[in-house]
Amino acid sequence: MDLLEILLYIQIALSASCLYRIIRGPSIADRMVAIDIFGVLVVGICAILSIITEKGFILDIGIAWIILSFIGTLTLAKYLSGKKLNE
Amino acid sequence: MVSTILIVIGVLFNLIGCIGLIRLPDVYNRLQSATKCGTLGTCSILVGTLFHYGFTEAGIKAIIAIPILFFGATVAAHALVRGAYHFGIKLGDKSVKDDYKDAIK
Repeated sequence: MDLLEILLYIQIALSASCLYRIIRGPSIADRMVAIDIFGVLVVGICAILSIITEKGFILDIGIAWIILSFIGTLTLAKYLSGKKLNE
Repeated sequence: MVSTILIVIGVLFNLIGCIGLIRLPDVYNRLQSATKCGTLGTCSILVGTLFHYGFTEAGIKAIIAIPILFFGATVAAHALVRGAYHFGIKLGDKSVKDDYKDAIK
């Protein structure tokens, strides 16, 4: 087995371990942290997968995922601090 | 070869960050451990991707993704910890100092 494939499986296992914190987390902020880090790990999966398959378009999925995760986390942080979304 | 070394370093940082996300006691400690996943781990993987492709079409995509991830992850973590503090989530039992409580008065 190639080294990059082993790294890909490790990365998938790490992103599955974030699901533990999403299910278990005591407060809402723990779940949001875990969802944010889950998105970051999925971007890593996309990058490694694009090297293995030699297809460049998989990186586009990563870029879109970064931006959506960033906007979602900022919106939920605004909601937590008790402000309206246009302040 | 350089790209493989960078990707191994990135996966190791992701491993350390995920161990911190599961093991540390409260949300602020978890966040300072888990943000290392974004800035050091996945940015290192993307730099490895850039070394693998060179300045081709896919390499430019990696160059675009690196600054978005680097600044986006840090700004999101800062906003998240601020929102969590204002929401009223307590610090862990073993925390000894809380300077932010005096600063926001």
